Amino acid sequence: MLSYVLRRIAVAIPTILLLIVISFVLMFAAPGGPFNGERALPAQVMQNLEARYGLDQPYWKQMADYVWNVVVHFDFGPSFQYRDRTVNDVIAQGFPVTLTYGFWSFVVAVIAGVSLGVTAAIRHNSAVDYTAVGISIGAQVLPNFVMAPILVLIFTLWLGWLPGGGWQGGQWNYLVLPVIALSTSYMASISRITRSSMLEVLNAGFIRTAKAKGLPMRRIILRHALKPAMLPVLSYLGPAFVGMITGSVIIDVYFSTGGIGQFFVNSAFNRDYSVIMGITILVGVLTVTFNLVVDLLYAWIDPKIRY
Amino acid sequence: MPLLDIKDLTVTFRTGDGEVNAVNGVSFNIEERETLAIVGESGSGKSQTAFAAMGLLAANGSAKGEVTYNGQNLLGLSQRQMNKVRSDQIGMIFQDPMTSLNPYMRISDQMAEVLMLHKGMGKKQAVDEAVKMLDAVRIPDARARITMYPHEFSGGMRQRIMIAMALLCRPRLLIADEPTTALDVTVQAQIMQLLGEIREEFGTAIVLITHDLGIVADFCDRTLVMYGGQIMETGPTEQLFERPTHPYTLGLLKAVPRLDREEEVLATISGEPPDMSRLPKGCPFSPRCGFAFDPCPTVRPDLVPAWEGSPICRACHAPVEEVQ
Repeated sequence: MLSYVLRRIAVAIPTILLLIVISFVLMFAAPGGPFNGERALPAQVMQNLEARYGLDQPYWKQMADYVWNVVVHFDFGPSFQYRDRTVNDVIAQGFPVTLTYGFWSFVVAVIAGVSLGVTAAIRHNSAVDYTAVGISIGAQVLPNFVMAPILVLIFTLWLGWLPGGGWQGGQWNYLVLPVIALSTSYMASISRITRSSMLEVLNAGFIRTAKAKGLPMRRIILRHALKPAMLPVLSYLGPAFVGMITGSVIIDVYFSTGGIGQFFVNSAFNRDYSVIMGITILVGVLTVTFNLVVDLLYAWIDPKIRY
Repeated sequence: MPLLDIKDLTVTFRTGDGEVNAVNGVSFNIEERETLAIVGESGSGKSQTAFAAMGLLAANGSAKGEVTYNGQNLLGLSQRQMNKVRSDQIGMIFQDPMTSLNPYMRISDQMAEVLMLHKGMGKKQAVDEAVKMLDAVRIPDARARITMYPHEFSGGMRQRIMIAMALLCRPRLLIADEPTTALDVTVQAQIMQLLGEIREEFGTAIVLITHDLGIVADFCDRTLVMYGGQIMETGPTEQLFERPTHPYTLGLLKAVPRLDREEEVLATISGEPPDMSRLPKGCPFSPRCGFAFDPCPTVRPDLVPAWEGSPICRACHAPVEEVQ
């Protein structure tokens, strides 16, 4: 088990390096640079700026310096766009916000999605099933840029219950709407995967055995069916969790939450190379980590999997 | 009073092609400590008869008739009441031991939960009891192996575990649905021997559902032959096998390969297995029967003694002498 984890980490290192190389190449392949504005800067100013940020160096040297700083000093460099702020600052400011609403969205999506899916499967082909499927299709087809204004319209403008934006250090009332807006489509996917996988498990021979034992349906679901039914859901949850905690530009823009989703998109528009790289690496590391977590959880659920 | 008394049981499935009767007015009973075989080919309704009695039909299936156990009609019980009967009074084992044990749970948990549920035991006592039962079905080193998962056992061992699990509450009746079909021939013999010992040791009545006539002959007091959801013939196993009075039983027995005769071609019953959604109004076997005559396809024969005082009952229009 430990050797498996170490092996996976060893494989992760070249993966992340490759990610850095590809991102670098793509960034430089795009025309223009961080200091090209609508008004051209004097040549001397441009030269000084490029020297200041190391852009006058050959690409390979820039890349090597960058990797060296990241690995040895854990320094992602200065932002090209926000003066006096490093990428570390940007991430330190934005990531806790994203992590908070992303985490709660994940919790909501999993609990609501799994309950909805299981309920639908138990009452297969009944009104309850059709309602649950209807809800999840509805939630799936409503993208969050439509969800967000609808939520604000209802809960802020009409009912006046919740603030329509802002963060305030993540107070609960500022969290509710972003969490709902972000979690609905994930919830819908989780509920559909849960439903179909639960239906399959409920037809298994060992469920019939459990019934023949005289176990009540509740216990059969909780003790016998839920764990195997979660296997397909689990492989979806890894990437979904990373997607949620690394945020959504829609949520950040619409609710002014100030998460890294907004920084990420802005940095792409502004060619803020170091911020792009920083957030890309963050997402890459998180993806690799949670894929590993999912694989370990697989082994915990399915005794046939041994590492 | 018989242990289990089934009267006029009909099992209906709602399918895309309308309603299909898998079991069609079946009546029989089983006495305390008796061993009854239900034989028939796939789709004859033998397994569905047992599932109906245990309330384990698929969601689109429903059962009519009476299944009387201990003075109560099982078909009329609520799920809650039925759960008190399942495993505690009537145990059941299934065809494929690979899939009927939960692959994601330890054997100890799967077995202990039965005793904790029905006998109110604590976990530790239940596991101790389960180990004793595994010893009884001769799982070597049961104490250490009970915490293993199903995939760590061979097919035969898994079926032993299923049997042990079904016997935990000492049920008075054990329904074995093709318990040896998925196993190697040598393992089959071991499992049948084990069932025989259990019958002696625990005094359990057994309903053995199978299409393997070979294991029936040695094992069962009485045999019931089903075809197309109906009983064709029933009686004491020995007499039935020696002198079958029904053309279908006759065909089945002829189709058993024999080592002591040199025949080039194995005898078969001509024709196709019945289409359950399009059964003839009369005898379901009539389209394939060499003895069929006028009334067979239209008039359903009653299940009556083959002759006066005979323990063998048959549902056939053709005279006994002609068939024999």
